[in-house]
Amino acid sequence: MASITTRLREPGIRGHEAAAGWLFLAPVIVILGLFLVLPIAMAVWVSFSDWTGNGSPLGAHAHWVGLANYRHLLTTPGLDQNNFGTSLRNNLYYVLFVVPVQTAVALFLAVLVNRRVKLVGFFRTAFYFPSVTSSVAITILFLFLFSPTGVINKLLSYLGATGPSWLYDPRGLFHVVLGQFGVHSPPSSLANGFFLGVSYWDWLSGPSIAMCVFVLMAVFTTSGTFMLLFLAALQNIDDSINEASALDGATEWRKFRHITVPMIRPTIFTVVTLGLIGTWQVFDQIYVGTKGSPLNTTLTPAFLSFNQSFNNNEWGVGAAIAFILFAIIVFFTVVTRLATRSPDHVPRRRRFLKAQPGGSAP
Amino acid sequence: MSSATAAGRPSTALRSEASAARRRRVGKLVSYGVLAAIAIIYVFPFVIAVVTSFKTDPDATQNPLSLAPSPATTGAFRQLYQDQDFLLWLKNSAIVTLSVTFLRVFLDSLAGYALARLRFRGRGAAFATIVAVMAVPGVVLLIPKFLMIRQLGMYDTYYGMIIPLLVDAAGVFIMKNFFESIPISVEESARIDGASIFRIYWSIVLPMARPALVTIFILSFQGSWNELAHFIISAQSSGLNTLTKGVAQLASGQLGVGNRYPLKLAASVLMTIPVAVLFFVFQRRIMNVSSGAVKE
Repeated sequence: MASITTRLREPGIRGHEAAAGWLFLAPVIVILGLFLVLPIAMAVWVSFSDWTGNGSPLGAHAHWVGLANYRHLLTTPGLDQNNFGTSLRNNLYYVLFVVPVQTAVALFLAVLVNRRVKLVGFFRTAFYFPSVTSSVAITILFLFLFSPTGVINKLLSYLGATGPSWLYDPRGLFHVVLGQFGVHSPPSSLANGFFLGVSYWDWLSGPSIAMCVFVLMAVFTTSGTFMLLFLAALQNIDDSINEASALDGATEWRKFRHITVPMIRPTIFTVVTLGLIGTWQVFDQIYVGTKGSPLNTTLTPAFLSFNQSFNNNEWGVGAAIAFILFAIIVFFTVVTRLATRSPDHVPRRRRFLKAQPGGSAP
Repeated sequence: MSSATAAGRPSTALRSEASAARRRRVGKLVSYGVLAAIAIIYVFPFVIAVVTSFKTDPDATQNPLSLAPSPATTGAFRQLYQDQDFLLWLKNSAIVTLSVTFLRVFLDSLAGYALARLRFRGRGAAFATIVAVMAVPGVVLLIPKFLMIRQLGMYDTYYGMIIPLLVDAAGVFIMKNFFESIPISVEESARIDGASIFRIYWSIVLPMARPALVTIFILSFQGSWNELAHFIISAQSSGLNTLTKGVAQLASGQLGVGNRYPLKLAASVLMTIPVAVLFFVFQRRIMNVSSGAVKE
């Protein structure tokens, strides 16, 4: 290292290096600027304008309307606000169901395939394979599996059960459960209060049966990816620690709970964060599968933003939804960071002993 | 497993040793059972997809679970070829994916090399910008990208479909990390011999960077082959449909195929083959790559 620095201090070479450095970076910087930084600036402007898609948003067709688009979504009662509130509700339940389940399943799979068992390569491949396929192909497969006369309902019929019509069923999961106990209509306190154009009763609906199919699909397709992250973390744990605890007579579960989990805490944070970021952006599956139906119960903010802009020509509203979604994702990421930041001694000491940064993927 | 047993032997009585071994054997059987059950859940849907693509429409509806198509037919595949623009979609996907993949490998490695090895003012700021970009969620960018593509007159062209996908901050990051991990001595001696910076990059550094280049290749190929949202917003003419977009239109019934699942599943099976091949070819590396990325 020291020798480069001295070399680079030589004046002639330094000039060459600066030129070459910027030249090497130029394509990436130009593309980033043109297709990321400038577009975001343009979209911010659109979200404060009344542009309807005619001509350029930078020309005479767009006018400054201030916060009108944001107010339209957040404070003005109406169809748009109702759709937006509904999409937030749907996506919130999707996040609340997918993130914990996929994290748990991925960790469970990683622990299973981290043992020295035969065919372990086959099992890892089997669990990871759904992750490499496209969302389009997987969605079609799930549309078939969960069609009213499809595979899942056939399996259920062998068990003597009648499956729901899945992607055509708008009933909320919690409402269905309450219905089992004879509660079919809301108390007036829940029916008459509204937030973002959606009644409290509807906020408490749970994911619709249709949305549950997308929840299962998300777990199916992402658990393999996260399994690999967990597997890497597990293999980083020193064998000596496991052996020592085995000699101490610790049971598998105690070992897992008190040694494994604390040691892979950074990876858990990574997986939860990546999960949150991913699940707030559901778009492909909805576009291919349901377009928000039935009764808007699979509508997500990402799809709504697209639909408002590209199909309804309300570009200002569409862009505003995108930025609110952005803020939500940032908020959840920061909250996760704060929640998992509790001081933790084991990984730190391990890092110190192994003299390597124990951080996980960015 | 055996080494643990050996270590425990001197201090443990034979009887408890035997019962411990039995417990371990039972434990092993249980974990095999669990693994096998989960593996079936993960593999079975794909078996169903392949089998159903060889079924007739009524057969698929009436016997969705049966693993023996009766009659077995390649009708779905023939219809994809005859009635749909499947080959056109395939061609477009190939053009876009190969362009994006090779350009990304080249541009990411150039930028990564500059950030890892070349000293110049503004390098830190450039790197910080690239890292910040990784944090912007993709779906938020759909409208912004469309606005820019249109503004630049690239809407409904291959350029608009390809160039915005070249933004690959994660790839630059991976290349930079890799270059920093390889020893600098070879480059130094070449530099003393008077080789130009580009020459050092091209004929000395790139060949050494093969593992990282393969990583970028795999990620970019898979990413752009499976991309859907960007193609929806960057083009509208059906002549520019990629596989994802074309098959998505099949799925939602826009192309008048209704509920013909054999046809739709045949399309999804075919479009999965290239990424599946890539996966099986580089399987060992994919499994190791991610572990390497986390360890660093």
